[in-house]
Amino acid sequence: MTPATTATPTKKPAADAKPAAPAIKYQGTVHELQKQLMSKYYADLTSIAEGGPGRSAQLLIAGNPVEVLRTFDMIPVFPEINALQLAVRKNSLPLIQKAEELGYSTDNCAYVKADIGMWENGGKTPFATIPKPDVLVCNYVGCNVYLNWFEHLAEKVGSPAINIDIPFMRTKDGQPAEGDVEYVVAQLKELVKLLEKVTGMPFDEDKFVKIVERSSRVGQLWSQIRDLTKKRPTPYDAYFDSVTMMAPLYCLRGTEEAVDFFERTLEEMTAKVERGEGALPDGEKFRIVIEGPPPWPFLRVFRDMFSRWGAVAVASTYATVGGIWEFGFHHDPAHPFESVAKHMIEANLCNRSMLQRYDQIWRYAQEWSADALVIHSVKSCRLFSAGQGDMREHFVHDRDLPTLLIESDLEDPRYFSQAQLRNRIDAFFEALEQRRITGGKAA
Amino acid sequence: MTMTFESYRDVIEDREYPTVREWRDRTGGKVIGCFPVYAPVEVPYSLGMLPIGLFGGGNRVEIANADSRFQSFICSIVKSTLELGFIGKLDVLDGLMFHSICDPARNLASVMGRNFPQRPAVFVHLPQNFQSPLAAQYMATELRRAADELGAIAGRKARDEDLAAAIVAYDKVRELQRRLYALRSSSPERISTSELYTLSRLATLMDPKDVAPILEAALAGAIKRTERPKDRIRVVLAGSFCEQPPLELIESLEQAGCYIVDDDFLLGWRTQRHPIEVNGDPFLALGNAYVNDSHHLSPKHDLRKPRAAGLIESAKANRADAVIFLGAKFCEPGLFDYALYRKALETSSIPHLMLEFEEKMWLYDRIRSEVETFVESMLFAEAKAS
Ligand code: SF4
Ligand code: SF4
Repeated sequence: MTPATTATPTKKPAADAKPAAPAIKYQGTVHELQKQLMSKYYADLTSIAEGGPGRSAQLLIAGNPVEVLRTFDMIPVFPEINALQLAVRKNSLPLIQKAEELGYSTDNCAYVKADIGMWENGGKTPFATIPKPDVLVCNYVGCNVYLNWFEHLAEKVGSPAINIDIPFMRTKDGQPAEGDVEYVVAQLKELVKLLEKVTGMPFDEDKFVKIVERSSRVGQLWSQIRDLTKKRPTPYDAYFDSVTMMAPLYCLRGTEEAVDFFERTLEEMTAKVERGEGALPDGEKFRIVIEGPPPWPFLRVFRDMFSRWGAVAVASTYATVGGIWEFGFHHDPAHPFESVAKHMIEANLCNRSMLQRYDQIWRYAQEWSADALVIHSVKSCRLFSAGQGDMREHFVHDRDLPTLLIESDLEDPRYFSQAQLRNRIDAFFEALEQRRITGGKAA
Repeated sequence: MTMTFESYRDVIEDREYPTVREWRDRTGGKVIGCFPVYAPVEVPYSLGMLPIGLFGGGNRVEIANADSRFQSFICSIVKSTLELGFIGKLDVLDGLMFHSICDPARNLASVMGRNFPQRPAVFVHLPQNFQSPLAAQYMATELRRAADELGAIAGRKARDEDLAAAIVAYDKVRELQRRLYALRSSSPERISTSELYTLSRLATLMDPKDVAPILEAALAGAIKRTERPKDRIRVVLAGSFCEQPPLELIESLEQAGCYIVDDDFLLGWRTQRHPIEVNGDPFLALGNAYVNDSHHLSPKHDLRKPRAAGLIESAKANRADAVIFLGAKFCEPGLFDYALYRKALETSSIPHLMLEFEEKMWLYDRIRSEVETFVESMLFAEAKAS
């Protein structure tokens, strides 16, 4: 693909230049609002942990069925979000090491290890105390580590546990196989029975429909927000800023607060587009697609490595782990169980094959007008990373899309080599700049 | 048996797949390469095709191309299987079958499909909700779907009576394997683990009808042996259910002073505990067998029973002195299990040793001396106690 020619070539940052960190203000009111919502969310969880009223359920991000849990007034708790919060606050390493002392391997997903370490500490974290869940719902949506994780948690915390088996997207036509949706719906109804037992509450179908309605609204707002990054300049970074919006998308989907949050976000982002304001104060020079989860312990440092080149993400696969809404999927209140099932089976990244992911990335590259693909390969997450070398081969050779593959981790700070990453990123953008000037191929 | 055994050894290491080529030439049938854990082999066999185990490159294949596709932290079997494709060693196969055992194996199915579009890759999703009464029926539906895709390769339609016959053929092999395992547990001096392993591995490369007589003869020969038991400890081995250690490594464990009395080598290929009962729908029979009667290996998450319980039961039933966890490096599901095993073994006061291997290792001295030290400490403790 030919790089866009509208942007002017970037002035090469001096090799010894400090990242322009203090000068760049990434935060907007959306970030503030998100912080408030999440503080309240964590305060509610801490209150339950300390013996207050309410119930919580643990489940996982990929294609999560929060709508069912919310119907029983259960607060959904995602261990991935806890783990990433620990990493962002630089608390993950001692917890990972604690798990390794218990026999977990250096090669196991570090999200799991940080979580196990957290439970060894009685669920106490700097941002909340995580209550013992009333139920563990392993929504097995693509990631096999999920199954290990909840099997270990079931032993560790002793809560009732259930696996919801989601058939992988495995057919030749890229659609769910015949009977898959019905199979998942039947399991969701079994989950309902379990939740009735755990909570003592009868299932309220009207309430469920209302929650699905709100999820549908949230999905529509979110897809409109995702669409705005097609604009030049993109009003926000579809990787680094999307993560701010992902917590409400999963933890609060199905609530009025979530609807309100996404309405306000859309408003703010639309206003930015109208003002011609981009994600970076110095302007947008390269539009990239980022594949893979971020290195949470070094999020800011990592972001700066791109910002200093004027590179901004217009799309990211990571933002679709919990659900892919931008290609037309929405929950359907007229068919609430079926739409929750479809969300779990087909409308999220994790349950789709690698090749479907290649198609998704290619669609981003074209429809969101990207100049390059950056693959952040993380050791912990083999769901994402296993085979990313093949992905690079595909995009470089079959699609002529400049592609950079870099490695670190999403949770374990020991795998982040700052100087090395920066050199690779600098060399890549230098080559990209060169390619833009000469109109030739990147080195 | 020695002479024949040596030739079997060559066969299982040979990536020209001589037994498979011979079968192809003789029958004109097609061959399906199956990733090795919980492959529903009866299905392709019922369609007149030979399912064979894809166990990577062993220690005879250099990885030259696959490293650029899969990173350094991915297990060897994934990379060396892909490498076999790149160097043309999989040309003997007409199709591939993968299943949802772990994330790298699942992604490998995609990567294989993209790089070798001429060789269709069928993907089977194995159920994971064992508390649900729907699991077995789902599995039956899934196997019927796989049978349709495989049937397109075979050029014929799956028939219930053919599947029932395939189940009988594989049951016979599995029954012989169960008897060989039982013999090794009761008199480990009569058949070594490296012999048993070689036979089991051979079964992944041959028509069940052809391999059954070999297993029968081996069983009869072993029963007649009159070796005297050596002063060794009895060990249950776990962790090698998918990627396989080199045969030499298995031998060095034995030489270091272990009688291995139970193991999970190739267990994903001999996964049924009992013969499969077929009353009516044979697809449902396979589904039921998987859900209710298959060994609980790392990629299967059955919340009805704690994972480590099976290992402890095996250690007790086989009167094991210790457990050795022999896990493939970078095998995430296997390594996860170790944490649970370790806790349960400690609670049950069963001594254990944790070792890691890679299929392409060449040097076994370090592992051997670790095992020797472990065995000595056990024998010393035993002597002191008596
Ligand atoms: S392997 Fe990846 S998707 Fe799975 S739990 Fe770990 S980080 Fe999440
Ligand atoms: S060795 Fe382990 S990680 Fe590798 S393919 Fe087999 S089960 Fe998966």
